Amino acid sequence: MSVKLSPRQVGEVTVIDVSGRITLGEGTSILRDGIREQLAGGQRKILLNLGDVSYIDSSGIGELVSAYTSVTNQGGSLKLLSLTKRVQDLLQITKLYTVFDVYDNEAHAVRSFG
Amino acid sequence: MEENNTGETGVVDTVLDSGLESADEAENLALEAARQLGFGDEDLHKIGMAVREAVVNAVVHGNRYNARKKVRLRIAGDEDRLTVSVSDEGQGFDLEALPDPVAASNILQQSGRGIYLIRAFMDEFQVRRLAPAGTEVKLVKYARRK
Repeated sequence: MSVKLSPRQVGEVTVIDVSGRITLGEGTSILRDGIREQLAGGQRKILLNLGDVSYIDSSGIGELVSAYTSVTNQGGSLKLLSLTKRVQDLLQITKLYTVFDVYDNEAHAVRSFG
Repeated sequence: MEENNTGETGVVDTVLDSGLESADEAENLALEAARQLGFGDEDLHKIGMAVREAVVNAVVHGNRYNARKKVRLRIAGDEDRLTVSVSDEGQGFDLEALPDPVAASNILQQSGRGIYLIRAFMDEFQVRRLAPAGTEVKLVKYARRK
């Protein structure tokens, strides 16, 4: 199973529920296209819910970084919600915990966009 | 799993195509061998991911998706360790010249974390140039005895 994105709107924030595997190829392409689509639609407050992401490789991590810079460069914010232990560990190892705003609670995350 | 006359078990020696589907195949073969050797869930995840990263590097950076070039995967295990070798037919790379992906200047780079993660997840990581062309990376995970 590759990755599946299910975007929904919570106030001004676009929450994208992500499930499956984010690995090089289809997984990273789907994530890239999904972020581009949101930016093209004028969305600038994006919360990626990774609670159902079972696996992510280095290319998937790279795609998250790319999504973060794309949104930030357009004046927006991209934050992460509900990381699994393994994704948390990956962000720790790669020191990306210092880059991403990460939340466990959706309501708190949504409010943080201001 | 079969045991050969060298005392190793689960020996796999196979040739894979230079496509991304080879990463899935290699990961599954390594996981199957590691499971049979008794590695736990956390180590299985690390082994699977490290092997995936090594094969992706061989396909993407080594063989550059060239269908005429192949990736060789060898997996061997014994009671102490799992050893996985991944060879490509590419031009090779200088391990020392790879940028540090966690340096502040590189942290927002999209790529360059694969070998860093392999090193983080495995107990040994070696790179060897092959003649006339190609690179072999060897990954080792030690068995944790209870």
